[in-house]
Amino acid sequence: MSRVFIGMGTCGLATGAGQVRAAVEKWAATRGIDMTITPTGCIGFCKAEPIMDVVTDTGHRISYSNVTPEVAGFILDEAFVRKNYKLDGLLGQLKNGRQPFPGIPMIEDHPYFRKQVKYVLRNCGVIDPESISDYRSSGGFKGFERALAMSREEVISEITRSGLRGRGGSGFPAGKKWELALRENNARKYVICNADEGDPGAFMDRSILEGDVYAVLEGMMIAGYAIGANEGIIYCRAEYPLAIERIEKAIDVLKTEGMLEKPVGGHDFQFRLRVKKGAGAFVCGEETALMASVEGRRGMPRPRPPFPSVAGLFQKPTIVNNVETMANVSHIMREGAESFSAMGTATSKGTKVFALTGKVVNTGLVEVPMGITLREIVFDIGGGIPDGREFKAVQIGGPSGGCIPAQHLDTQIDYESLKTLGTIMGSGGLVVMDEDTCMVDMARYFLSFITAESCGKCIPCREGTQRLYEVLDSIVSPYSKMSGEEENLLRFNRILNMEGLAQVIKDTSLCGLGQSAPNPVLSTLRFFKGEYDAHVYDRKCPAHQCKGLLTFTIDTNTCTGCTLCAKKCPSGAIVGEKKKAHYIVDEKCIRCGTCRDVCRFESVLVN
Amino acid sequence: MINLTINTRKIAAQPGSSILDAAQAAGEKIPTLCHIKELFPSGACRMCVVEVKGRPNLTPSCAFPAEEGMEIQTRSPRVITARRTIIELLLASHPFDCLTCPKNGYCELQSLASEYGIDRVPFKGRTRHHYTDFSSPAIIREPDKCILCGRCVRICEEIQGVAAIDFTHRGFDTMVLPPFEMDLSETACVNCGQCTLACPTGALHEVRAVEKVMMTMQEGKKYIVAQVAPAIRVSLGDFFGLPPGTNVTGKVAAALRRMGFRQVFDTDFAADLTIMEEGTELVNKIRKGETLPMFTSCCPAWITYAEHYYPDLLPRISSCKSPQEMMGATIKSYLAQKQNIDPRDIFVVSVMPCTAKKFEASRPELSSAQGVADVDAVLTTRQFHRMMQIYGIEFASLPDQEYDRPFGAPTGSGDIFAASGGVMESALRTAYHLLTGKDLTNVDFEDVRGMEGVKEARVTVSERTLKIAIANRLSNARMIAERVRAGDAPWDFIEIMACPGGCAGGGGQMFGYDPQRIEQRIKSIYALERSRTVRLSYKNPAIKAVYTEFFGEPGSHKAHELLHTAYVSTRSAITPYAPRGLNR
Repeated sequence: MSRVFIGMGTCGLATGAGQVRAAVEKWAATRGIDMTITPTGCIGFCKAEPIMDVVTDTGHRISYSNVTPEVAGFILDEAFVRKNYKLDGLLGQLKNGRQPFPGIPMIEDHPYFRKQVKYVLRNCGVIDPESISDYRSSGGFKGFERALAMSREEVISEITRSGLRGRGGSGFPAGKKWELALRENNARKYVICNADEGDPGAFMDRSILEGDVYAVLEGMMIAGYAIGANEGIIYCRAEYPLAIERIEKAIDVLKTEGMLEKPVGGHDFQFRLRVKKGAGAFVCGEETALMASVEGRRGMPRPRPPFPSVAGLFQKPTIVNNVETMANVSHIMREGAESFSAMGTATSKGTKVFALTGKVVNTGLVEVPMGITLREIVFDIGGGIPDGREFKAVQIGGPSGGCIPAQHLDTQIDYESLKTLGTIMGSGGLVVMDEDTCMVDMARYFLSFITAESCGKCIPCREGTQRLYEVLDSIVSPYSKMSGEEENLLRFNRILNMEGLAQVIKDTSLCGLGQSAPNPVLSTLRFFKGEYDAHVYDRKCPAHQCKGLLTFTIDTNTCTGCTLCAKKCPSGAIVGEKKKAHYIVDEKCIRCGTCRDVCRFESVLVN
Repeated sequence: MINLTINTRKIAAQPGSSILDAAQAAGEKIPTLCHIKELFPSGACRMCVVEVKGRPNLTPSCAFPAEEGMEIQTRSPRVITARRTIIELLLASHPFDCLTCPKNGYCELQSLASEYGIDRVPFKGRTRHHYTDFSSPAIIREPDKCILCGRCVRICEEIQGVAAIDFTHRGFDTMVLPPFEMDLSETACVNCGQCTLACPTGALHEVRAVEKVMMTMQEGKKYIVAQVAPAIRVSLGDFFGLPPGTNVTGKVAAALRRMGFRQVFDTDFAADLTIMEEGTELVNKIRKGETLPMFTSCCPAWITYAEHYYPDLLPRISSCKSPQEMMGATIKSYLAQKQNIDPRDIFVVSVMPCTAKKFEASRPELSSAQGVADVDAVLTTRQFHRMMQIYGIEFASLPDQEYDRPFGAPTGSGDIFAASGGVMESALRTAYHLLTGKDLTNVDFEDVRGMEGVKEARVTVSERTLKIAIANRLSNARMIAERVRAGDAPWDFIEIMACPGGCAGGGGQMFGYDPQRIEQRIKSIYALERSRTVRLSYKNPAIKAVYTEFFGEPGSHKAHELLHTAYVSTRSAITPYAPRGLNR
């Protein structure tokens, strides 16, 4: 019997894993070969999707990247018929405890994986996420069993010793949070898994839920036992249909296996799990807003104290942990606190998953030990910047985070060092930016995101971020739209006061969303003041991204007067006689760039 | 007591108090815009931020508990900058029509801007816009003026259990609107006006009435008379800087006369009339063994609430009109006959502590057979004050005067209609008499008094124990009504008032939601009632006269025609919303 694995997370499916699967089925059918196709989650190498693994007669599993339906047939022919495994797109072989297959490199030696440590993502892309036996054979539920054999206090002290801190953003020690909830004497307690991943460019939680859903549920069951909760709720955004489907299936399986809603392990502990779909408000990732949403109210944060561990969901003691934290818990409980605390820095233990995106060669999900430098992530794992461009900065922590410029690339990443740099760990979004990115425009983009996603409850966030956005917008907009001297003076005044406004928003907002909303502005002001100055004083965008500040001119020396640009210009801004140099009328120019694109003599100059 | 430092001053605070409470108790003023004493803090406005040593961000003092050893700065430059910025941000999206705003002079945003010396608005940009909602007969909403503090939302949901308005949309576009952007008149709004008390700006206020009254007065074609609700006498003083609860009965009568009202009546009389009718109704029900409990019907907001949410309980509600309407009906029948005036020429102006009375007066069924409305115009306490200002009435120098006969000489039983439990107490006194033929020796029912949301008592009347319940705030009414609906109610007679503390805390009173002030008014009302020579409704000579001369006896055919009404289910288009605990 032949067997292949196909990465069928959302990312794999988006790049055509479904067609690859069909092609494999067709291939097997036409050749009458008995083929087992196992769908897996995402192994994290987005750029290489779709990924297909073939299993050799010796039981070795060999991975191939960028498999199209056509290539799939070729790989299968070679692998299963000709036993030839050295093919284009070869990623390497997976470790399986035996002697390596000769002549095939190990996948962990691939540059993308070499510096990664797969702790929480170990099963993603490796096992069939919908198969509980696959999960069991990878050691699943050993942690839960071990926890049940311990007292509640012992479980919590194990988590505390591991040094696990909340992976959702602010890094509150998980063990401490649990301890506070355990201390509360209440017949009803809740465990909430926050899967409302909303940062632009972040997909850690989705991948874990799609690739190793049982690990998350096991973590929740351990947490439930540890604090004495009766119910666990996974708050997952509705935009993750595959993740939700897998969670629901897994819960059903656990129910039929008698692990949920029945006393387990000789204890009176019984636990139920359910999914609550989020309707897509970014702020519902904030724990108090999340709980309001679960209760059926408008997702708006409330002041703390009282903290959720005292009065949370329905006023009952509640712990809220993010997906990655919960998945870590099950591995920590199985392998012991030391397996986790051995990695990382003094204050931040273990690994962290980042979603590496933007202007970087290798995009995908990377899991690295705490304390790794940004340079290693961007250049060693990420493979550097494509097209020979210069690295400019990374935006870390999503819209709530900040940017880190080249001079800080060698900072060892942990919760504290990032805070010193004016950003946050966040949930793990890591967007790489090259020289073509305008930092002012980037800050403006994140502000526009925040103004739309603010819940509207507190004044500094609702009103302040809107005004901050408007100031940034005025920086990247041309003067000609403004009216009069006085207006321009006022506008300049607002720009000068921008930092002050940002500080007040940070200082006074009700929840984490508002408090961190000005971070993109403050951190770009800190590291890229010069770019702001160029926009404000010279009215130029150094990265040539802010259309409003560009001027298009025609080099009269090289212009042949072919009239092509004048014909194509949608706003009729180009004048000139045939066979004579043309001119652009700036007032009419809408900065669309059509003239530059059509000019065959590179006579259109932009600056 | 816990010890903390506020601005270098060492103070002691009650354990469990917030920083705000501790600071205020120590005489340090901290501004607030969203805070409501009675409710759990929402922390929305951030005006009350203070600097707490050791905390990275500024701390909202309303929501943060005072702790031992805390070091708090309430006026550091960082705090002042934050507060000023917040005011500036609010002003940047606020319509600058302060001089023509109904809240001019009473606006909390206006006061804060003045207190903090805001002399320019450094921000400029997008504003949000929504049309002004004139649909309700009682309350006008101007969403453009809303600063989204959420007080109205919380009052409406948590205190009144109505939730006719809530936050809608997100981010900068957030607005407080009725569900699905309907107009207020289409919602389950009961017109209680508590939101108008709570609103710090001009976003919520009552429908205009002063102009109509002045116009009628100037035209001189109508015989214009006024009636004044019991609660006005203890609340009007608020507008003149008098201590809360100061009794100004005599000055109110004098002011109305000076303003040109031909006759000035005290609604206390109609309260006594209500007691006669309602007491008789109750006694008849008891005697006939009809289904109890019976609910009172004085509060128009409660009536609307029942019509919306409890149409099945409408037969349980007393058929008596409210005192305002009884007064109007009596003026336009008995008095018109007696003084030989055409009812159509009479213009009755009520001065009420209530916005729902405006709605009530507009109900078509509350008029005589000839289509003459019982009441022609309703002024809230605030509007009455406004009219006095326009008419140049110097309140302080007014003499104390009596209300006009034939309705004069109010009884104590009428006075206490102003307080939650008052109707019940008065009714019990009369019901006792009606059932036993005797007078109560002790007429004070202390159990039914006070601001508490639900009060219960038992009264033994000739071998029968009457079980009674009193609720103020509609969220409490809901609890009681739910039990009645479920058949699980032990009570015989239930008084319901929509506003906290009853009419003393009415939605038409001085702006600001302040339970302490309401308590002072209630205290003052009970002091007044004790001073009355006649404290029992049935002993009021004017009541005796009106029955002998006109109605015959309580519950007579004529009384039913003029003093009773019927209710209709107006179950709103939306499914009634059941509040789930507090919005924390």
